[in-house]
Amino acid sequence: MVLELQKPRPIWQIMFSTHHTDVGLMYIITSVAFLFMGGVLALLIRAELFFPGSQIIADSMTFNRIFTVHGTTMIFLFLLPFAAGVGNYFVPIMIRYKDMAYPKLNAIAFWMIPPAATLIWLGFADFTWYATPPYSIISAPGPAADMWIFGLKILGVSSVLGAINFIVTILKCKHPDMSIGQVPLLAWSFLTSSLIVLVAIPTFAAALLMLLTDRLGVSGFFNPAKGGDPIAYQHLFWFTFHPEVYVLVIPAIGMMYEIIPRFSRKPIFSHSSGIFAFVLLSMVSFSSWAHHMYATGMSFTEKTVFMIGTLAAVPASAMHVFNFIATMWNGRIKFATPMMWAVGGIALFFSAGAGGVVNAAMPLDFQTHDSYWVVGHFHLFVMGTIAFGSIGFLYFMFPYVTGRMYNERMGQAHFVLSFVGTVLVFFTQHVLGLYGMPRRVFDYPPIPEWIAMNQIATVGSMVIGVGMAIFLINMIYSAGKGKISDTDDPFNLGGKYYWPYEAKNPHH
Amino acid sequence: MGHHSNWAEWIYIGVVIALMAWVGSEAWNAERLIEHIPADAEVIKVTGQQWFWTFEHEDGTKEIGELHVKVGKAYKFEITSKDVDHSFNIHDYVVLMDAVPGRINTVWFAPTDVGEFPIQCREYCGLIHYNMRGTLYVEDAST
Repeated sequence: MVLELQKPRPIWQIMFSTHHTDVGLMYIITSVAFLFMGGVLALLIRAELFFPGSQIIADSMTFNRIFTVHGTTMIFLFLLPFAAGVGNYFVPIMIRYKDMAYPKLNAIAFWMIPPAATLIWLGFADFTWYATPPYSIISAPGPAADMWIFGLKILGVSSVLGAINFIVTILKCKHPDMSIGQVPLLAWSFLTSSLIVLVAIPTFAAALLMLLTDRLGVSGFFNPAKGGDPIAYQHLFWFTFHPEVYVLVIPAIGMMYEIIPRFSRKPIFSHSSGIFAFVLLSMVSFSSWAHHMYATGMSFTEKTVFMIGTLAAVPASAMHVFNFIATMWNGRIKFATPMMWAVGGIALFFSAGAGGVVNAAMPLDFQTHDSYWVVGHFHLFVMGTIAFGSIGFLYFMFPYVTGRMYNERMGQAHFVLSFVGTVLVFFTQHVLGLYGMPRRVFDYPPIPEWIAMNQIATVGSMVIGVGMAIFLINMIYSAGKGKISDTDDPFNLGGKYYWPYEAKNPHH
Repeated sequence: MGHHSNWAEWIYIGVVIALMAWVGSEAWNAERLIEHIPADAEVIKVTGQQWFWTFEHEDGTKEIGELHVKVGKAYKFEITSKDVDHSFNIHDYVVLMDAVPGRINTVWFAPTDVGEFPIQCREYCGLIHYNMRGTLYVEDAST
């Protein structure tokens, strides 16, 4: 591993570096900053919904802008860059190459994020993270919407550049002695998710351009007043963004594959079934996009096809869960912080998947669609699974990167608070959806069940907030003043147990 | 890695696939029955616009924000929108269908209980989306 922070370097040297660990760390630090920015917006949303009526947010437009930027930030500025950062840092080490295949392209892909983020945050658009026309064409106010479109455009290019880089690095630069089947599962997760990005993103890139020209009034692709079809946008959007869910979840599962065998002190149960499940997931990710659109007036046949496509993702996901449990089975498990996050993430992954089966079943979807159930459901994925895997991995890599140990007690407190909070917020939101509360609402009628569920969810969000504050203090303090860690075995797992790579990549 | 027996994984995957096949076929069957619209269903034209609902009965009477129907009778909603996407939702009767400008989507229901039920918009439509509400009045057939 590379000790990055023990040799202080001037900031400009890190900023203009193209070395994969520098770029990786910049990705990770930027994304965690956006996690906190998006988190503050989430707390504002929850605080507003504690009571019916308007409390801390003056008007609904501000509220709409807040949840739009919250969603955009968490997906495009936290989860995606975090995964890219981990990939940048570890993939070249794992495949034993000195750097990414295209280091300059790598740095460019990272440096596209700050301008895109600036556009999104200064614009503060209001048309939700999926910018559905005709609202986004005829009703969304001012330059905010255009800034969002340009921001997303830049992020899309950045993702594609990153994906090309990962694919070339893994396939062409891996050590000649290493067969593709021996490539560690974390690197495999980046290979498969990058392939998804390469196929999926261009579709949305095209839709964004059409949306922009529609807004400028020179075309009418999605504008029914000019003969266009708003449903076409939804197909293009979800053709990109349903696979995108897998782009987020596959690296998180890859990170769990790094954590779980080490802390169970056993090899992975089946390396090959992990690879098989990744490849299978990346293929079925393209078979289910229109399950987001059952209520747009799709025919019975269409709905049936997409229901089958959606259910097809379950066996592949279940293979990962099996692999995790079989790896832990009879292992000498050490529940240090990273392991807690990984195991908690698996439990929530299972719950999220179970809710997903309910959504996929056509008649039940009409009960849950566009209600708070959906909010709870996808947050169990993005927060419960993906963010849990990512945060667990951040704790895991912390001693290797900084050479210092984080505070274990604070790490465990962070996990317990986040897990309890996640259950309080998002399980409750499932129930709230069954009571019929629509999503994306600034205010709600004072129905006793709705008030009770909203208040539990808000308390849960505060619990997560406290956990995240502990996390921030722990990371900043420990990076500078934490106990010096033994970089060979910082977690006291007993020697170099199951440590497949030890390469160091010095700066070149 | 290495050689170990994988029978447990195969059984597990088989059980998962069987479960999904069961869920899928039950859902397929239920949806097929639900989507069968009775021939005598009375048509109600539903139009969503920012930020209220308009209803037009077969006899030409129009209502805004309120919908009066008779208990035990079947109704077919023909739903469209005048401006942006909305979603017509009577949660208590699991009526949910997007109102898309330029399209007419249909969904049907037959109210079983007399009373008042909330109507709401379930697709984000802007400033007053949160309060784009109406009321369904299910009345006794005799009145």
